[in-house]
Amino acid sequence: MKDFAALFDRLDRTTGTNAKLSALADYFRQARPEDAAWAVYFLTGRRLKRLVNTRELREWTAEASGLALWLIEESYEHVGDLAETMHLLLPPASAEPPTETLAELIESTIKPLAQMDDDARKQRVQQLWGQFDGSERFLINKLLTGGFRVGVSKRLVTRALAEVAGVDSSLIAHRLMGKWTPDADLYQRLIADETDLDFEQSTPYPFFLASPLEAEPESLGEPDAWQAEWKWDGIRAQLIRRDGQTWIWSRGEERMDGRFPELEAASESLPDGTVLDGEIMAWRDDRPLPFSLLQTRIGRKKPGKVTLEKAPVALLAYDCLEFDGEDLRDRPLEQRMETLNRALSTASAPIQPSQIVAFDSWGQLPAQRDRSRELGVEGLMLKRLDSCYQVGRKRGAWWKWKVEPYTFDGVLIYAQPGHGRRSNLFTDYTFAVHHDGELVPVAKAYSGLTQKEIDRLDRWIRSNTKERFGPVRSVEPIHVFELAFEGIAPSPRHKSGIAMRFPRIHRWREDLRIEDADSLDDLKRLLRDPDAA
Amino acid sequence: MNEPLLVPDAGGLYCRAGDFWIDPLRAVHRSIITHAHADHARSGASEVYTAKPGLPVLTHRIGQPEDLTGLDYGQSVELGDTRVTLFPAGHILGSATVRIEAEQGTWGVSGDFKRAPDPTCAAFEPYPCDVWVSECTFGLPVYRWPSPKEVVGEILEWWSDCSRQDRPAVLFCYALGKAQRVLSELAAAGVEDAVWLHGAMLPLTECYRQQGVLMPPTRPATEAEKGEKFKGQLVLAPPSASGSPWMRRFPKHSAGFVSGWMRIRGNRRRRGYDRGFVMSDHADWPDLVRTCSDMQASQVITIHGNGESLVRHLGDQGIQAEAWNLRQTLRQASA
Repeated sequence: MKDFAALFDRLDRTTGTNAKLSALADYFRQARPEDAAWAVYFLTGRRLKRLVNTRELREWTAEASGLALWLIEESYEHVGDLAETMHLLLPPASAEPPTETLAELIESTIKPLAQMDDDARKQRVQQLWGQFDGSERFLINKLLTGGFRVGVSKRLVTRALAEVAGVDSSLIAHRLMGKWTPDADLYQRLIADETDLDFEQSTPYPFFLASPLEAEPESLGEPDAWQAEWKWDGIRAQLIRRDGQTWIWSRGEERMDGRFPELEAASESLPDGTVLDGEIMAWRDDRPLPFSLLQTRIGRKKPGKVTLEKAPVALLAYDCLEFDGEDLRDRPLEQRMETLNRALSTASAPIQPSQIVAFDSWGQLPAQRDRSRELGVEGLMLKRLDSCYQVGRKRGAWWKWKVEPYTFDGVLIYAQPGHGRRSNLFTDYTFAVHHDGELVPVAKAYSGLTQKEIDRLDRWIRSNTKERFGPVRSVEPIHVFELAFEGIAPSPRHKSGIAMRFPRIHRWREDLRIEDADSLDDLKRLLRDPDAA
Repeated sequence: MNEPLLVPDAGGLYCRAGDFWIDPLRAVHRSIITHAHADHARSGASEVYTAKPGLPVLTHRIGQPEDLTGLDYGQSVELGDTRVTLFPAGHILGSATVRIEAEQGTWGVSGDFKRAPDPTCAAFEPYPCDVWVSECTFGLPVYRWPSPKEVVGEILEWWSDCSRQDRPAVLFCYALGKAQRVLSELAAAGVEDAVWLHGAMLPLTECYRQQGVLMPPTRPATEAEKGEKFKGQLVLAPPSASGSPWMRRFPKHSAGFVSGWMRIRGNRRRRGYDRGFVMSDHADWPDLVRTCSDMQASQVITIHGNGESLVRHLGDQGIQAEAWNLRQTLRQASA
C-alpha cells in the first residue's frame, strides 16, 4: 500500500504530464505484477462493487471522531469528497501501518468486507482507520467509496504501460478493453510482447473519436479526399460477431448484452469474424426517433414487448474494423467502406449502413448541414478517405461539424457546491425562465464559465443566499445567463414539462435584466418546430 | 431593549459605552486596530489604538494617523465608560485581542488569532470574559493543523527535490505574517542560504527584521543578475503574483502554497499548485473550540468566516452562541 500511496503522491504533486508519465512508469517497473494490475484497474477508472454504504461510513466516522453526524454532513458538503472528508475528520492513526501491498490489502481485507456481517465490517473498517494514515488512509477510503479520480487519464496509464512494455500504445489500449480480472497473469499479458497475445473473443477494439471542427471545412484541403456522413445522436457502439456469438459494447466500455434483442437477432446474419462500429438509434420508418425514446432503452436490461414496440432501434453501421477475422484498422477508410458494404450485404434490418452525404465541393456542405434539425441529426461527420482507424481522440482524420446549438437566456435561481476539483465552490447551477409571473426551473448546468467567473459568482452566491435546503441555496434572481443546449423533449417528470439535452452556460449576460430572460412558451415552441429558434 | 456592549457597524464592531470601533472598514473617529491585515486595518480614523509591536507594520500599511497610540500588551486605557486592554493574539507580529471591561460585563474580541507556536510573535494569552467574540475562518472540523515543525520539514524536502531537479521552488504565501513566519521557521531549521522575495514582501520583512525576528538573508527577485534561472532556489511570492508576468522569470518552477486552505485537496488542485503546505495563522477547529472554554465565556459570538457550524456545535455543548456578519453592516450602511 505504501508504494501505491507514494505513486499517488507523486501524481498528485505535479501538474505536468511528463512527470506523471515517469511516475507511472517507475511504479510499474518496480511493482509486483499483481499490485501493478490493481493499480491499472483503479487508475483507468474501474471500481470495486460498493462494499460499504456511505451512510454507514458517515456514522462510523462520527463515532470514531467523536463528532455529531450533522457535523460530518456539513464537512462533507464543504469538502465535496467523502473519502477525503472521512480521512480529514478521523483521529490520527494509533498503530503502525501493516506492510501489506495494494493487492494483498484488497484480497485479504477490502474484498472480504462484502461477505461480512454489519458488526464485523464496521470493526474491520475502523481497524483500518486506526492503522493507516496520510495518503494511504485517503486511498483506502477511495477504495471503500468506489470512486477513483486522481488526475490521471486512462490514456496516460496506457502510454506508461506502453513505455514499460516497449510496444505500441494502441496495442495496450486494445488489451485494456473489455472485461478482465486484475491479477498477476493479467498484468503479464498487458505488458507482453506483440506476439504471444490472445484476446478474449468478446474484447472490443478501442474506439476512434472525432474532434470538433472549429474552422470552416475549406481548411481541410481538397474535398475529394474526404467523406461526409450524418452525425447521429444516439449511442456509439461496437458490435462483435465471432464464433456464432454476439457482443455489443458501448463507448463507455459497457457490455450491453440483452438490451437490444433486435440487434442481437439481426447480427446472426453477419458472417463470423465481423466487427462493426456505428450508432444505435431509436429508429422508425427510415428516420430517427427522439433521443428521449432511446433513453427508455438504455436503462432496461431486458426490455419488454411494449418498450420494444414504442422505441425500436437500429444500428447504423459506419465502419468495419474486422472482417473474416482479420483486423482492418490499418486499412484506409475507403477500403473499409467497401468491406462494410460486403459485410452488410447479407445483414438484415435493423442492422443497416449509415448514410453517406454526397458532395463535390465544400460549398455544397453548409446547405446539407442546415437540414440537420429537420432530419434529426447533430450535423455532419467529415472523415479522410485514406485514414486508418486510430485509437482515442486524435486530431486530423475525423471531424465532427455540428450544427450551432440552441440557446436561451435563463435566470440563476439555485446553486450547489460541486465535487472533486470544484468542491467547496458553488458550481452547479439551476436556471429558470418566466411562466405565468413565476420563474420555473428548466435546466441545470455545470460548465461553461471561466475560473474567474466561477470565483466571482461563488462570492456573490455566498453573500446573496436567500434560503438553504441542505447543500442547495436559493439566491436572489438577478443574474441572467445565456445557455446552449442540443435538443428539447417533453418531460412529464419536470415541473416545466420539458427536458433539455446537454445544457451548458454560454455566457454571463450581465447586460440583461431578469425581465429580458426567455419564457417557457419560447422554449415550448421548439418542441413543435425544431427550426423555430 | 438593552443594546449589547458591542454591535456590528461599519464593517467592524462599535462600542457605544466607549465610543470606539474595533477594526472598522469605513472612516470613523476612534478605532482600535487588532492587526495590520487589510481586512482589519483601514486608514481614516484620527484616533487609533493598537498594540505597540504592531506599530511599524501598521503605519507601513495605513500611514500615520493623527493620534496613534501603541499600547503594551496588558496595559489598560480608559475609553469613555470602558477600560480597554490588549492581549497577544498570536496571529502575526503585533496582533492583539481586545478586552473591554464595562458595566455590561467583560467582552473579549479576537481580530484573528491562533494557538500554534510562531517564532515571529507573542503567543495567544487567554483571559476570563463573559462574552468571547471569536473569528471563525476555519469553522469546520476538517481543518486541523499538523505541527509547524512537520510542515517546515515538508517544505525543506520539497525545496531539496527542486534543487535536485534544477527547478526554482516558488512558495506562495501572504506577504504580511505568513512570509516572515516561514522565513523565521526556516532560519530555526538551520537555513542560511539567501531566499528571493517578491517586491511586495520586502518592506514588511524589513519591519520584522528590525524588531529582532531572525530570518535567513533575503533578496528581491527583481535585482537578480540578468539571465538568472533561479535553479534550485527558493522564492517567496504573494498569491496574487501567481499567473502574472512576474512569474516568467522562473522557468520550469514548482509552485507551493502555504495556507490553511491547503488542507483540502480540491482547493489546491483548483488553483493549480503542485504542492500545498498546511500552515495557517488562524486557529484550527480544535483550537477554536478549546479557546471558547479557555476564555470561560458563557456566550460566544463568531465573526469573520462561516460560523454556523461552530455556533451549532457550541450550542450542542450548552454554550450560548451566535454568528454575526460584519460585512453585512458595511453594505447596509453604504446602500
